[in-house]
Amino acid sequence: MRKLLGASIPILAALVAFLFGALMLIALGASPWEGLRALGSGAFGSSDRIVATLIKATPLILVGAGISIAFRTSVVNIGGEGQIVAGALLSTMVALAIPDLPRVLLIPIVLVAGLVGGAIAGAIPGALKAYASVNEILSTIMLNIIILQFMNFLLRGPLIDPLEVEAGTRIPQTERLSDNAALPALPGSRLHLGVAIAILAAVAAWLMLWRTPLGFRLRAVGHSPAAARSAGIKVERHVTYALAISGSLSGLAGAILVFGSESQRMVTDGSTAGFTGSAGFNGIVTALFGGLHPLWTIPSAILFGGLLTGATNLQRVLQVPAALAVALNGIVVVFVVSSNRVRARLDALMESRDEMNSSDRSAEPDKMSEPEPDTFFEEVKPA
Amino acid sequence: MSTMDQPDIAKSDAGSPGSGSTVPVMLEMKGITKRFPGVLANSGVDLDVREGEVHTLLGENGAGKSTLMKILFGLYRPDEGEVLYRGEKLVITSPSEAIDAGIGMVHQHFMLVPTLTVAENVALGLKSSRGVLTDLAAVSKRITEISEAHGLHVDPAVEVWRLSVGERQRVEIIKALYRNAKLLVLDEPTAVLTPQEVDDLFVILRRMTAEGRGLIFISHKLHEVMALSDRITVLRNGRVTGQTVPAETSREQLAEMMVGRAVKLTPDRPPVDAGVPRLVIRDLRVSGDRGTGAVEGVDLDVCGGEIVGIAGVSGNGQRELAEAVAGLRPTQAGSHIMLNDTDIARCDTRTRRDLGLGYVSEERMTDGAIAEFSVRENLILVDHGAEKFTKRGLLNFKAIREQSEALVKRFAVKTPSIDTPAASLSGGNIQKVILARELSAEPTVMVVAQPTRGVDIGSAEYIHSQLIAQRGVGTATLLIPEDLDEVIGLSDRIAVMFEGKVVAVIPSEEAERDKIGLLMAGVFDDESDEPAEVVAEP
Repeated sequence: MRKLLGASIPILAALVAFLFGALMLIALGASPWEGLRALGSGAFGSSDRIVATLIKATPLILVGAGISIAFRTSVVNIGGEGQIVAGALLSTMVALAIPDLPRVLLIPIVLVAGLVGGAIAGAIPGALKAYASVNEILSTIMLNIIILQFMNFLLRGPLIDPLEVEAGTRIPQTERLSDNAALPALPGSRLHLGVAIAILAAVAAWLMLWRTPLGFRLRAVGHSPAAARSAGIKVERHVTYALAISGSLSGLAGAILVFGSESQRMVTDGSTAGFTGSAGFNGIVTALFGGLHPLWTIPSAILFGGLLTGATNLQRVLQVPAALAVALNGIVVVFVVSSNRVRARLDALMESRDEMNSSDRSAEPDKMSEPEPDTFFEEVKPA
Repeated sequence: MSTMDQPDIAKSDAGSPGSGSTVPVMLEMKGITKRFPGVLANSGVDLDVREGEVHTLLGENGAGKSTLMKILFGLYRPDEGEVLYRGEKLVITSPSEAIDAGIGMVHQHFMLVPTLTVAENVALGLKSSRGVLTDLAAVSKRITEISEAHGLHVDPAVEVWRLSVGERQRVEIIKALYRNAKLLVLDEPTAVLTPQEVDDLFVILRRMTAEGRGLIFISHKLHEVMALSDRITVLRNGRVTGQTVPAETSREQLAEMMVGRAVKLTPDRPPVDAGVPRLVIRDLRVSGDRGTGAVEGVDLDVCGGEIVGIAGVSGNGQRELAEAVAGLRPTQAGSHIMLNDTDIARCDTRTRRDLGLGYVSEERMTDGAIAEFSVRENLILVDHGAEKFTKRGLLNFKAIREQSEALVKRFAVKTPSIDTPAASLSGGNIQKVILARELSAEPTVMVVAQPTRGVDIGSAEYIHSQLIAQRGVGTATLLIPEDLDEVIGLSDRIAVMFEGKVVAVIPSEEAERDKIGLLMAGVFDDESDEPAEVVAEP
């Protein structure tokens, strides 16, 4: 009963958000019904569009799964953007360094390079938090900016396409990377291996969190560092791991963005969003909507991916700004996050009924208590 | 250790004549029944409080004490029964109405804003006499009056965060008195206090009853109940199981009324031959939270098959001693902690545990167990990585379940299932889970801090028996218990700590309450300032 309640509330929140979207459409003088249809058909209307949605969802799945791991360890990772770029940069450099390796070797190597790049970008704020008590929200955001500038420097300087220098156009981009590193796609489709890798990674993240000793320790640290420490768990080390693992999944997303793209190169427009499509931030939304559960992140990412691809169609059909989809995105977040409160209330209500059974509760603050891993949504507690 | 040496407080006249008293009755709760789905929280409960008496409400967690008080404050409506105040029927629907009627509450967890001053806290929620302007000067003046009249010694201009726990509690009392409370409910007021603070509090409470105020004292500490109460009403499972006066009862009888069966308050301790020293502490120095020395040169041995109990007023370094042995607090250079002949003073907690250390921490819910984790997960918090619980890198759920089921059964943990989150278990059962986890690792040395604090009597009895059983199989136990009775009842030797030092080690057969109490207070028998080194080796 309670589980059902937990699952239905984010969905309810999404419905309410869509209702708001409908109101906005009405305010813009468009038919909400038409809008919904345009959104739906833009996202899932044809096999090409479904593929486009899946490709948009791919980095969201990876970042979202990573965010889930970090948040479960009570570490807030706002550094997805930087970690994606770090992964992309390292994998790009590897592909530039050893372009002639056969495909079966080069593809796994660039993907691993992406993991490593992201892991480094995550481990830095992780270690700073664990050993020097540096707030990870600040350090991950700061690192986003540092990594962005590093990318701009590399793509304008050391890594710039020699052709651009020759032509004097100096567009900040790398040369076209080795075809041996390109992710294989289904014939006649843009659907590439990256999508499958992302889904596998989400499954692996779930397995790690709930089926391995490492995940057990991460969750223990997330719930109670003091209890974890008394039990002999090395808290500092695991906080670092959490951010490193979280970052590595974002880094993998970065590598997939490079080697799954048609251009097969890194380009910068001076912002991280130009490369990532803001997946580093949207991935947080995805994870929250998925209840910080790596498996639920998959459908959640497909929903948000669909929202992104559908928005273009919405704009074309109804002549309304595509920013509407972004607004919708924001409203979903507001409702999902605030639905936490609603659920806490409902839980408290149900609990007060059997309050008399549960003795010395008075000694404890009211805890949301639900058996894991079935917990669908849990309050995010920044450390 | 908060129940030692209660001062001999003169009881007011109200209680002594028993039920035939002529003192006016302030409050009567008659036949209160409150049902929750599936639970009868209160069933025909009668409670009356006379002017100038301390009426104790005694009962285990979940016995229905808080439901009864919530009914008094209008947070619940009773299904049956009525509340009379000075003979008139009283219908209260909110706490503010209760306050208007002259009923005040001192909560166990203080409701104070730390950054505000005492006066500001008292004035919070009250109407100012100067309209939109604050009237803090007037409030301060009255606080000073009240404070002086009752011996509360609180400065209205001080910010609350600067105050000690005992002082904060006095601010809560002032808050109630300021609002003209004639009847005061004190919910476990001694839980957070040191013994001296408890003594001070009792003196204050007696002054209040001398003025004719009535007090409802909620507690489960039998010593305090016997020392303070005029009358005692015992609740069990929502029903009144006894009403008595201290002169006609004993701690054992009260415990029996609370639990419903005869309870051993002091466990049997069969003789065991002490083995080799397993935990050897030499010149241990540990810093406290504020950086000053908390443990200052402790030497202590604990042998196999022996329980060494630490007696001391809390805050004299016991906590830091336990944490230092567990590896949760760094030791200063030159300290040695030998665990089975290995110096672990510099090892991390994991290594110490691998070498045979078990640890039951003082703070059950923050350090001992994870509230959100299930019983099963809490049971493997230490050993989850062990070979028996993993299979090809993954957790072996089958083995974990089997072990958990077995432990829950062996330690008589009352839980709906092993998947129930620890947060929904009672304190006693959570403690059993922690003990089960620690003992299942078969430690050779155990550090056990506050094993029965806030634990129901039945569980406490069980936990004691387990510690004694562990002693029987040769475990060396360093015990830092709740109160002096527990120290004396369980220990083979008693080490008295005062200001970070072990000032005496006394074999339990020579232990005298009064003597230990004096040592705990820093009073040593010889005339010199030097602590008496009564070190007795086993």
